[in-house]
Amino acid sequence: MDLSFTKEELAFRDEVRTFFNENVPASTRLKMQEGRHLGKEDLVNWQRILNKKGWAVTHWPKEYGGTGWTPAQHYIFNEEMQMAPAPSPLPFGVSMVGPVIYTFANEAQKKYFLPRIANIDDWWCQGFSEPGSGSDLASLKTKAERKGDVWVINGQKTWTTLAQYADWIFCLCRTDPTAKKQTGISFILVDMKSRGITVRPIQTIDGSHEVNEVFFDNVEVPVTNLVGEENKGWDYAKFLLGNERTGIARVGVSKERIRRIKELASKVESGGRPMIEDDKFREKLAAVEIELKALELTQLRVVANEGKHGKGKPDPASSILKIKGSEIQQATTELMLEVIGPFAAPYDDHEHGANEPMDWTAQIAPSYFNNRKVSIYGGSNEIQRNIITKAVLGL
Amino acid sequence: MDFDLSEEQRLLKDSVDGLLADSYDFEQRKKYAAEKGGWSKAVWNKLAEQGLLGLPFSEEDGGFGAGAIETMIVMEAMGKALVVEPYLATVVLGGGFLRRGGSAEQKAAYIPSIIDGSKTLAFAQLEKNSRYDLGDVSTTAKKKGDGWVIDGEKFVVLNGDTADTLIVTARTKGGQRDRNGIGLFLVPADAKGVTIKGYPTQDGLHAADITFAGVVVGADAAIGDPENALPLIEQVVDDARIAMCAEAVGAMDESLKSTVEYLKTRTQFGVAIGTFQTLQHRAADMFVALEQARSMSMFATMAGDFTDAKERASAVAAAKVQIGKSLKFVGQQSIQLHGGVGMTMEFKIGHYFKRLTMIENTFGDTDYHLRRVSEQGGLI
Repeated sequence: MDLSFTKEELAFRDEVRTFFNENVPASTRLKMQEGRHLGKEDLVNWQRILNKKGWAVTHWPKEYGGTGWTPAQHYIFNEEMQMAPAPSPLPFGVSMVGPVIYTFANEAQKKYFLPRIANIDDWWCQGFSEPGSGSDLASLKTKAERKGDVWVINGQKTWTTLAQYADWIFCLCRTDPTAKKQTGISFILVDMKSRGITVRPIQTIDGSHEVNEVFFDNVEVPVTNLVGEENKGWDYAKFLLGNERTGIARVGVSKERIRRIKELASKVESGGRPMIEDDKFREKLAAVEIELKALELTQLRVVANEGKHGKGKPDPASSILKIKGSEIQQATTELMLEVIGPFAAPYDDHEHGANEPMDWTAQIAPSYFNNRKVSIYGGSNEIQRNIITKAVLGL
Repeated sequence: MDFDLSEEQRLLKDSVDGLLADSYDFEQRKKYAAEKGGWSKAVWNKLAEQGLLGLPFSEEDGGFGAGAIETMIVMEAMGKALVVEPYLATVVLGGGFLRRGGSAEQKAAYIPSIIDGSKTLAFAQLEKNSRYDLGDVSTTAKKKGDGWVIDGEKFVVLNGDTADTLIVTARTKGGQRDRNGIGLFLVPADAKGVTIKGYPTQDGLHAADITFAGVVVGADAAIGDPENALPLIEQVVDDARIAMCAEAVGAMDESLKSTVEYLKTRTQFGVAIGTFQTLQHRAADMFVALEQARSMSMFATMAGDFTDAKERASAVAAAKVQIGKSLKFVGQQSIQLHGGVGMTMEFKIGHYFKRLTMIENTFGDTDYHLRRVSEQGGLI
């Protein structure tokens, strides 16, 4: 047992850190630091910088552009990226549909889509959730009927993140209405320009537009856009969701935010002295830092165990990462809100033309509101407890 | 980065687990605790035979030169079995002072008898008003000729009623809370002027309140610098905190296991109570608390040998905070999920709860260590 990084790993960390220091565009970095939403351009530019370096799809197999790094290297890379801070490559392409394509799709699909995902030539979004199917995903109703050379899709997806920018959507559709729940679902790739698709924005409580509803009204999709076998989509979805949980702890994001809390708390005064000198506040912050240190170690333990649970099978302990990671992210936004206190109130409405953009402190309350989502998405924390109950405790 | 045990560490783990599995179930533990002094000499001899009492000592001192990870392995196993023998007091604390700060003569005089199991030690530190401050010492050691005269009172000295030798903190100069002027002295338990009032503790161990009235010891009784032993005390107490973190992880692990087993077997309303989601989620939260504690126990174990004392202290304090929070949750909820039987003395789960509770209050509770971490400016 040795919990310190090896000399090689430390050298790798320096290399990665230097690259991020020199290559993350200043405006992107600033937006990240201030908790502002990134535009499509920010994300595309940055991912292309990464792709040029060969680091856009680091965890893919080498033959499709991956790096062949060790789990520790992936961990270091992600942590440094989060602390830079820089955005992750677009997860809907790189972490979700990409692995499904290289694992289950045919050669033509691999050849066409994979390089375009890496270079973000296509912007992908995820068509899983529906109005009636949240945690109970397999109850989805959107159907695809085979008519000659096309699938005809009818239904509705929701919570579709950044669909307003998307070129493609990967959808779970019911293709056999007679089969029971999990069987009879297929995994279909749909061009967002297809006739019959309507995207409607959902504004979240922080005032932002991240998620959307996507409507399918007799949308025709070539049959060749099916991934893998018909009615096997649930297996591919489970595979995808297993991949989604790794990296969900977002330790680097929380570290970076704690740094900002300290910075802000040393400027904001309360009772004639900086907040950071207030014992009660400082102890609350220290308590979160300790939880985060424990989570970091737990994450490293999960990383070190990768592959020991059978190929492609996620470690059930990774549910801890989701639960604790989201709780800590929420705790840090809450502390930030506490520091700014009464000055959290002003609302920056410039996106709707009302005002000039405000000082970044206007992002603090929205960030707190927005982060309530992290214990809901990606399998809510209650679902994670169900996973622990069944897969770890055997209850 | 590597979380696996080495081949030798794995063998050690198997042998400790095996020994305790054979000789330390809950009924056997009751018998050992009922023996004179509150622990079993026969078990102690077995630990000696397997070399466990000699683990951390260097090979030239007759030990095995093992490190912090080996101690973690042993303490975790002892936590699982709720061992009552004085390993923490003798090997970790007493042995820690000798191997880290003792002179060649002191090592030669004491370490072999620790390793062969013939002698045990106790660390007499707590005073009426010192609470968790190791630098708050009123007991005095006054120079007399070549030696020292010790006067004062110590409380809740773990293994104080059966130890052969006491290691006593005493002030050689300065005021009650000065960091400087604290010495560390080896005092035979049967020395003239030593009065020992022993008693059992809430968690089934034994301790003593000890009075020192004009106790005379020689110059060779001082471990390290008699005017500046606090850094050594802090380091060895950190060793003990690290060991207790591992012990707590073992006790929590067993508590959760026992609770999950109970949820599977206890039926109410015609079904196993483990089918109730509210209980399932409580158990899942206990698992999360345990694993977070395990991570911090490993972190503290690694930090034990940090050369920067401040960094070490911060890391150990952080671990003690996490363990304190986790043990309270796991301990309390273990009782809750066991229901009425969890309240009974004859069922084992309550004994885990009691040991865990006492670990929190030994060498600094959660709030105390949280303050220390925050005063150091946190971990990030």
